[in-house]
Amino acid sequence: MNNSMTTAKRRNRALALCAAPLYVFTLLFVLGPLIYMVILSFLTRAEVWGVVNEFTFKNYADLLQPVYLKTFGESLKLALLTTAIDMVLGYAFGYFMARRPPEKRRLLLLLVMVPFWTSSLMRLYGWVIIFRANGTLDTVLMGLHITKEPLKLLYTYPAVVVGMIYALLPFMILSVYTSVEKMDWSLVEAARDLGASPAKAFLTVTLKLTLPGLLTGVILTFIPSIGLFFVADILGGNKVVLVGNVIQEQLMKVHNWPFAAAMAVVLMAMTSLMIFLYRKITHVSELEGMV
Amino acid sequence: MEETILVLDKIKKSFDGVSVLNGIDLEAKRGEFITLLGSSGCGKTTTLRIIAGLESPDSGRVLLSGADVTDTEPNHRNVNTVFQNYALFPHMNVETNIAYSLKLKKKKAPEIKKTVAEALALVQLEGYGKRMPSELSGGQRQRVAIARAVVNEPEVLLLDEPLGALDLKLRRQMQLELKRLQQTLGITFIYITHDQEEALNMSDRIAVMRGGVFEQLGSPAEIYELPRTAYVASFVGSANILTGRCAGGGDTVAVDFPGGTGSALRRDWQGREGDSVTLAVRSENVQLLSSDDSRGIPAAVTETRFAGGMLRISSKLEDGTEVVISRYGIGTDLVSGDAIRIDWAAENAVIVLPDSEVAHE
Amino acid sequence: MIKKNSRFSSVYLAVMLVLMYLPIVLIIAYSFNKSRLSSVWTGFTMDWYRQLFADDDILAALINTLILGVGSGICAAVIGTLGAVGMAKAKLPAKGTMEYVATSPIITPEIILGMVDLAFFSLIGLKFGMLTLMIAHTSFCIPYVYMQVKSRLVGIDPSYVEAAMDLGASRGRAFLDVTLPMIAPAIATGMLLSFAMSIDDVVISVFVTGVGVNTLPLKIYTSLKVGVTPKINALCTLMFLATLAIVLLIQLSRRRNGARPSGDGENKTENE
Repeated sequence: MNNSMTTAKRRNRALALCAAPLYVFTLLFVLGPLIYMVILSFLTRAEVWGVVNEFTFKNYADLLQPVYLKTFGESLKLALLTTAIDMVLGYAFGYFMARRPPEKRRLLLLLVMVPFWTSSLMRLYGWVIIFRANGTLDTVLMGLHITKEPLKLLYTYPAVVVGMIYALLPFMILSVYTSVEKMDWSLVEAARDLGASPAKAFLTVTLKLTLPGLLTGVILTFIPSIGLFFVADILGGNKVVLVGNVIQEQLMKVHNWPFAAAMAVVLMAMTSLMIFLYRKITHVSELEGMV
Repeated sequence: MEETILVLDKIKKSFDGVSVLNGIDLEAKRGEFITLLGSSGCGKTTTLRIIAGLESPDSGRVLLSGADVTDTEPNHRNVNTVFQNYALFPHMNVETNIAYSLKLKKKKAPEIKKTVAEALALVQLEGYGKRMPSELSGGQRQRVAIARAVVNEPEVLLLDEPLGALDLKLRRQMQLELKRLQQTLGITFIYITHDQEEALNMSDRIAVMRGGVFEQLGSPAEIYELPRTAYVASFVGSANILTGRCAGGGDTVAVDFPGGTGSALRRDWQGREGDSVTLAVRSENVQLLSSDDSRGIPAAVTETRFAGGMLRISSKLEDGTEVVISRYGIGTDLVSGDAIRIDWAAENAVIVLPDSEVAHE
Repeated sequence: MIKKNSRFSSVYLAVMLVLMYLPIVLIIAYSFNKSRLSSVWTGFTMDWYRQLFADDDILAALINTLILGVGSGICAAVIGTLGAVGMAKAKLPAKGTMEYVATSPIITPEIILGMVDLAFFSLIGLKFGMLTLMIAHTSFCIPYVYMQVKSRLVGIDPSYVEAAMDLGASRGRAFLDVTLPMIAPAIATGMLLSFAMSIDDVVISVFVTGVGVNTLPLKIYTSLKVGVTPKINALCTLMFLATLAIVLLIQLSRRRNGARPSGDGENKTENE
């Protein structure tokens, strides 16, 4: 009996040894930095450079300045708008895709995977080519005599919105697709059989069952959309300022790290809240169809 | 046949506070074919896994060829298992699967090749060596699993419902083959099944398991003819179980039922007049009498049904006990509600332990 | 009704796909355009590719990107795989929390990851450059490997390992002979995903890179802000091809893996 206890113990030690690098790395380079960020957000900025170890709430108080509140508001608005449009576009795409025959489905999946994995920077740059004055869009529209002069869409709010939607759409499509694809279609047929109209069956069965996928898509779209500072950079010029841009600016240009940290903490809290709500609603601990 | 290979000594095991095995004792001789028979949840797979070393018992000992192996890891036991789902390594072909244990023993390549070829011949799969498990049918996978387990020349081969996934025809064929194989190899087989026909066909001895104990361990004939408990009698050969009161008698015990009297051989039953008696009688041994007959016990027909080449008449005694009578033939005038009387010859009834007296601590 | 529906859905899928690929196609097209301006087509040329390969800065960035992608992919594969294997069976303190934290980079806005790394690395005095890039990339690649391997591990029928041990293998040996080959495709997929993430990353790299250490995405980012030359079109095109190759590889490995039914679970009958 003793012998087998030690075997079990030895085995546990071997497995623990396997997990050790993950533990060490995670504590040191994931949890450590996150904790430091929180601490940093309560410290005081030094006069010239760096940080003074003096506890303060000033950074959070500063966040309440109208200019930053407006930035948060803008970011939130853009993120919500992006997520809402992606929800509609992506759900339809994922749904239609999952209803194709398997061979076509595989091809479509591949076609969505490629942009998904392509650098979003590059894909956004493509939109620069389209939107810029006398760019592709202008050439086409003016060529068809729909417009007379360049639209000057680049560096406008709509351009940023399009860029955001475009950059994050694959996340939504893939999440919805995963959910719709594994759905049991006989349930919809049963609903129809029991007298539900197609619309009713969709709302009461299909949508309900694919909700986890849709919500995963919402999370995967919403969270990055707050932080994607380069979309506003590239397509918005400096006309559209988002939280991401402010954090980057505070870090790299103004060097007010504690303030950037406070901003990041708030951002982090917002995303954690979303994930928490997601888990509450779906009772799933891992995001569906993530990788 | 005399040498004891495997001993299980008062094995107990529980999972999360639920006890699964309540003291299993077994002695298996060399070359013996022992079947653990029981429905799911009776502990038969756990018993097998403890012999294999895949689980360790909470208390009790496992002896292999006289050596205590209770705490020995499975890889150091000369026991091999044919898993229920075969567990053929999907990334290795048939040959590599079979050669796996030989390679671990660092056998020389020519020897491995020879042994593998012999094993393939033994299970009649010559020429299948290069196939992947996914390219085999269920029956073929099963044979590979057996070949893989026997090349190691284990002292005991454990088989966990090996025929469970096969269809009926293939099952029958594989039963014969397994028996032939076991006789050729002379290895002790511990075989798990929930199919009583399979157990009766193949085994030297059968252990009927329930609730983590052996309710009876004996030869197929003993199990079938002289079930020790009501459960064994009903599980093996679906006998009728009737409880009445002893009305005296010597070698033949008279048993009173409501409205009539039946009989059974006493054998080693110790009860006296007035004691409660439970007896088992197979449906084909129950005689059907007309309601005005003076012999037997009154009953009422509840259902007649033609099944498996037999006419099965269900009836109810006055105390509500259900008794099934089976007869060859097709036609019957009996309908539900008809009054009949039933009887049986004393030598066809066995006195058994009722459920309430069987220890399942 | 079904027909009409499916025609609508076909048109929808087609339009969306065209929109998805249009920006990419334009970049590729203009990378062969003679004109410096990416609005008019003046003829086919390979000049930009020639210039690209003559650009030492870009070549250096390419080499950095590859070192970073392969390096962090391997680190993530080792740490993530061992971690998933260890965490799957071992009794460890705070296992659930640790798993959550280890995979949290996947659900954290990149800008936060970038900024916390920047702050933390300067706190502990690491010199910004390849090392900091490597650590940061490894941290956001680990979740991909970890989750791939974990989900595969969960799907493996325990009887395979038991069978190996039953046939005489020690636990370690059974892991090497049975478990490892079975999770190998998951490790490969996780590594490829990591590589793809790493060679495309801008946000985190912007924060943790050091003076003079450039990666291709950083190079593209800078030139997008400063002014684009068609060389960047050529560079983007090549990076797109690399991504395409990786995605195809992943699909291939998944399909090969999926096309081999191992029979586990299928024929399983009710057990105790």
